Amino acid sequence: MSVKLTTRQVGDVTVLDAVGRITLGEGASTFRDTVRELASAGHKKMLLNLAEVSYIDSSGIGEMVSGFTTIANQGGSMKLLNLTKRVKDLLQITKLYTVFEVFDDEAAAIRSFS
Amino acid sequence: MDLDLESTLESVDLAEETVLREAQELGFDEDDQHRIGMSVRECMVNAVVHGNCYNARKKVHVTVSRAPDRLAVTITDEGEGFDLNSLPDPLANENLLRHSGRGLLLIQAFMDEFQMRAREPKGTEVKMVKYVGKSS
Repeated sequence: MSVKLTTRQVGDVTVLDAVGRITLGEGASTFRDTVRELASAGHKKMLLNLAEVSYIDSSGIGEMVSGFTTIANQGGSMKLLNLTKRVKDLLQITKLYTVFEVFDDEAAAIRSFS
Repeated sequence: MDLDLESTLESVDLAEETVLREAQELGFDEDDQHRIGMSVRECMVNAVVHGNCYNARKKVHVTVSRAPDRLAVTITDEGEGFDLNSLPDPLANENLLRHSGRGLLLIQAFMDEFQMRAREPKGTEVKMVKYVGKSS
């Protein structure tokens, strides 16, 4: 299974709910295209919910970083919500926990954008 | 077990699935199976994408060997090879936002042993080992 992405709007924050795998190939390219489309449509506050993501490889991490910089370059921000232990471990190993703001509570994450 | 695989992304999945079956039979727990599977995936991607550049005439050779306490996987491509020391440090602050370059870092974090060497006349060989019950 590749990744399935759905968006919902909470105030001015776009929550991107991801389900499945973000790995090299269809998963990573679907993720990249979706984030780029949202960014070009003016969505500058993005919360990526990874609760249902079972697998991210280094290509998926690369697309998350690219999404982060794309949105940051437009004056916005991308934050992460509900990481599994495996994804937390990846962020620790790659030092990306110093880059991304990470939340376990959606309401708190939404408030942090204001 | 020896596999000669095409330089395709389907081969990445096939190698990962094959090694995962071996890891499961050896008794690795789910977290270690995930670490092994991801290490094989990262190594296969390097071989297919960066080593063999998807060249249909080039193969990726995968060898899986088991002992009661360990699983060893060797993955060899037929590419031009590269100097490990020439790669940017993915943990340097100036490289944290780079799109790529984290695969080898993850393999070394997840596996207990990791060796990479150039093959003659060309190609790169990666050997990685994971011990049962020993977290890396």
